[in-house]
Parts: sequence; C-alpha cells; structure tokens
Amino acid sequence: MQNAMTQSESAPKPEPAPFLSINNIEVIYDHVILVLKGVSLQVPKGRIVALLGANGAGKTTTLKAVSNLLGAERGDVTKGSIEFCGRRIDQLNPSELVKLGVVQVMEGRHCFGHLTVEENLLTGAYTRKGGRAKIRQDLEMVYDYFPRLKQRCTSLAGYTSGGEQQMTAVGRALMARPQMILLDEPSMGLAPQIVEEIFDIVKNLNVKEGVSFLLAEQNTNIALRFADYGYILENGRVVMDGEAKELAANEDVKEFYLGLSKGGRKSFKEVKHYRRRKRWLA
Amino acid sequence: MDWQFFLEVLIGGLLAGVMYSLVALGFVLIYKASGVFNFAQGGMVFFAALTFVSLVERGVNFWLAMVITLAVMVVLGVLIERIVLRPLVNQPQITLFMATIGLTFLIEGLAQGIWDAQVHGLDLGIPDVPVKVGAINISQFDLFASATAGILVLALAVFFQKTRIGRALRAVADDHQAAMSVGIPLNHIWAIVWAVAGFVGLVAGLLWGSRTGVQFALTFTALKALPVLILGGFTSVPGAIVGGLIIGASEKLAEVYIGSSIGLNIGTGIENWFPYMLALLFLLIRPEGLFGEKRIERV
Ligand SMILES: Nc1ncnc2c1ncn2[C@@H]1O[C@H](COP(=O)(O)OP(=O)(O)O)[C@@H](O)[C@H]1O
Ligand SMILES: [Mg+2]
Repeated sequence: MQNAMTQSESAPKPEPAPFLSINNIEVIYDHVILVLKGVSLQVPKGRIVALLGANGAGKTTTLKAVSNLLGAERGDVTKGSIEFCGRRIDQLNPSELVKLGVVQVMEGRHCFGHLTVEENLLTGAYTRKGGRAKIRQDLEMVYDYFPRLKQRCTSLAGYTSGGEQQMTAVGRALMARPQMILLDEPSMGLAPQIVEEIFDIVKNLNVKEGVSFLLAEQNTNIALRFADYGYILENGRVVMDGEAKELAANEDVKEFYLGLSKGGRKSFKEVKHYRRRKRWLA
Repeated sequence: MDWQFFLEVLIGGLLAGVMYSLVALGFVLIYKASGVFNFAQGGMVFFAALTFVSLVERGVNFWLAMVITLAVMVVLGVLIERIVLRPLVNQPQITLFMATIGLTFLIEGLAQGIWDAQVHGLDLGIPDVPVKVGAINISQFDLFASATAGILVLALAVFFQKTRIGRALRAVADDHQAAMSVGIPLNHIWAIVWAVAGFVGLVAGLLWGSRTGVQFALTFTALKALPVLILGGFTSVPGAIVGGLIIGASEKLAEVYIGSSIGLNIGTGIENWFPYMLALLFLLIRPEGLFGEKRIERV
C-alpha cells in the first residue's frame, strides 16, 4: 500500500534521489587560507548541475574537494561531509573514487601530451577490471561520441587542438565508465562553435549513457542552457541556486553573470562597481 | 693515421659506454616518473651487486641468487616509496634530492653492515679476452655486456609502450595530477618505478662488478652517469643510451689521441675529467640535452 502510494505519487514526475551531496564543507589551503566557507549542494542522479561564479570563487576547489585531489595542492576539507550514493567519500583517495564511479575532468584539460590520443583514452580505463574486449568496445563508444578523436587517435595529444584535447579529456574520463563526471571549465579558451559541440556531446552523454555531471563554468550563458539546475558561488559561498531556466531569467543573474540588463549590455566596470555595492544572501 | 687502431679504440669505447648507459637509465626512469633526481642510484647498484655476490659466495645457485637479489631490490624500492617519498610528496624538489643523498649513505651502510666491506671478485663466466672481428680486436666481455644491455633496453621499451602499467608510468611522468584524476594510484606506480630502477641497478652492478670487482667504488658509477645524463637529457631513455655511447667513445679517444698529443702519459687519467668537460660544454650549448623532452606548448 505504502509502496503503491509512493509509486503513484512519483510516477507523473519522478523526484530524483540525492546522488552526490556536499554538506556545508569548508576548505583551507596551506593551513591558513580559508577558501570555501560552508558550501552545500546536491546533484540528483542523471542530472547536469552547473556550478557558476567568477574566477576565484571556489568552483575548482569544490570539485577537487569531491574528487579528493586537494591533497596535492595542500588543501584540506576541514568541516562538513561529502556523500555519494549515501556513502561518505571524504576519506577515499582518487583511485578509489574513480572505481566508485566519480571522475574529474580537470580545468585546463590536462591531457598526457606525450601519449597519443588513444593512449590517453586507454589510461582512463586503468582502474577497470574488465577484459580487453570490453575496453576495446568502450573505446569505440568514445569514438562514436567524438568522431574527431578517431581521426586523431595516433597523434600525440600535446599536438592536437584545444577542442580535441578537451574531447580527449572527457573521453578519457568516460573510459572509466563513470556514473558521475566532475567537469571543470570545459569551455575555457575554446572557440564558440567548439564549445557548442562539446556541450552537445555532454548533453548526449547525460541522456544516453545516464552520466550525471557537476559542471563548473564561468561561461554562465552556455552552462545554464545545458544544465538542469545551477548554483552560484561567490567568495566561497553559495549565494543563489535554482532551476537553470529560473536562474537564466533572474534579473540579478542577467546583470552580473550574463552581462545583460534591461538597459542592454553593461560595461564590465559598471557591473563590478554595482557588485561591490550590493551583495546577495542566499 | 692508423685506422684499424682508431676503430679498435672507438669500438672499445662505445662498448664501455654501454655500461654508463645502464647506470644512467636507472636515473632516467626515476626522474621521469617522479621528478626525483635519485642520487642513491649508485648506492643501489652497489647494494645489488654486493647482495648477489655475497649470496653466490655462500653457495647459493647463480640463478637463484639473481632471483633473490631481484626480490630484495623490489622490496627496497617499495620501502623507499613508503618511508621516504610518500611523506615528502609535494615538497620542493631540493628536499627530495637531499633525501636521496641521505638514502645513499643509508643504503651503502646497510649493504656493508649486512654483508661486509671487502672487495669481492665476481665471475659471470664470460672471459674478458679479445675476439677478432675482421681485423679488429673486440673484448668478448664488452660484447656480452652490450648484448645484455640491449636486451634490457628492448624489454623496457616493450614494457613502457605495450603494457597497461607501462602506459600508466608514462602518464604519471607526463602529468601526475591528471594521472591521479583518472584513478592511477601514484604510490603503486612509484614503487614499481623504483623496483624497475633497482632491477636496472642489479644488471649494471653485475656487469660493472665483474669488471672492477664488487666494491665500494661501484657507488661512484653514479657520478659517471652525470655527464651522460647532461648529454642525453634527464628524461630520455634513448638519450641515456646515446649519451653513454658518446661519453664512452669520446673519453677513450681523448685518452689515446688528445692525451698523447699534449704530452700526457697514457693512463694519467684524461678520461676521468674529459666527460665532465664535454658535459659542461654541452650544457652551454644545449641545456635540455640531446633528447631531453621539450615541453609541448600549445593552447
Ligand atoms: N593551491 C592553492 N593554494 C592557495 N590558494 C589557492 C590554491 N588554489 C586556489 N586557491 C585560491 O582559492 C580561491 C578559489 O580558487 P578556485 O577554486 O580555483 O576558483 P575558481 O575555480 O572558481 O576560479 C582563489 O582565491 C585562489 O586564489
Ligand atoms: Mg577554476
């Protein structure tokens, strides 16, 4: 009875279960620099969640806190907890996390420059137990999503274009067969039509492979077009969150992050000045 | 000019150079993978050779001694990673370098403490007598050493290029943050690299040891590898090999031709400093070495 109830209740619009959940975390670098001052956010299963904010807001730090790559930067999560599928993951090392299904694609792509594109992809399968045939099959899957990579498969990744490197980095993460990808600034330094192409593929992966994304972006415009939900980070705090469509329509977001306002495009200087005067509280 | 003599000197030098290449190779492997200049490589060569020869002297079968020594070197590699490198990870390079200097004395002391400090003869069963190839005399032992080194390098190349672990090693060498992000466990990889460097050290130790006797002076092979590394580049396996060959050939040629022409007696040791001078010149002209990896810069 109870079961039927919940079923019928959730049938018309299934409410996705919490999947990745970051609860009030604080991150300190070098024992003294407090960068995240209590950040909380949720990524439901199968969704794309955007983490927005200006340069230096703490987006990368948040993603690295999840993937546990902070250690290498002398950063520490000093408060709060991070859960994946209901399980605390703060103490797992990156390798264990990848095995659990959480992979980060780092800002700036970080391909292995002296390895070929295909070798880069294969390193992504390092933690996998499956046999060669299975890995071969996944390689073909990645090539289906990124046909350009197939053409460049024998080139050294260091000599491919920025867009191809971004594709290689995402493809490499896919080879781990992740449930969730932490994608950091995929648009950085790329021409608009390449950015569009990459976001299309991300959406595709989300829909067809069921991969959830936590997407850090400065490019608010494109991120809100492809994401389901968004959080805005400022100075290590979440200052606003909401459905992507709502955020995109919000006057303040338009003002500060989309560079638009009723009076048309504002100059950067004006925006900055305005921002200093007014602060948001979540 | 006596071409036959010249060729003999040249080939003798090249073959001797292979032994330098072997030692340099140990440095390159560790430097590439962990960015550490492992000053203790010479100590590892000594440790391996002394362990092997002591086992054989105690009646252990040749091949069994080989396997045991290899196992010891692997354990040593894992321990070094655990006890020295892991706590120092993310420290400045100079800290790690200093740590390996400390490690050198530890390993050398350990080796002499466990075994002893005497000079041991080591006979691999290959007589060091010349064989005639055409009109030229070549040392049979040098040929054997070169062949061994060649096989070792080939095996390493296959390991690096074709295996999953080898690929992960190269990935770590390229960008260790990115390697972590895809789930490659750096600790395992570093332990493997140190073990492989230990294995290379063992081979080098056996070849050097059977030529010069197994003694403390083997630790100085590390210093011989320095000019090789400067010439070949610290990150290049082919560089280590070619660098070794160049140093080997040029120091013998210098000894015989320059030494005698400027009136030094043969044997007064021009070969002791000539490689360093060559390396110094090279530093001025091409600091990244012959094959040193250029950073691929592209945005
Ligand atoms: N390794 C580090 N050590 C000290 N401070 C850091 C480190 N990495 C980032 N920061 C600081 O943390 C803040 C947030 O950085 P980051 O998370 O990279 O922001 P974003 O990705 O939003 O641009 C910045 O002020 C930056 O200077
Ligand atoms: Mg960032």
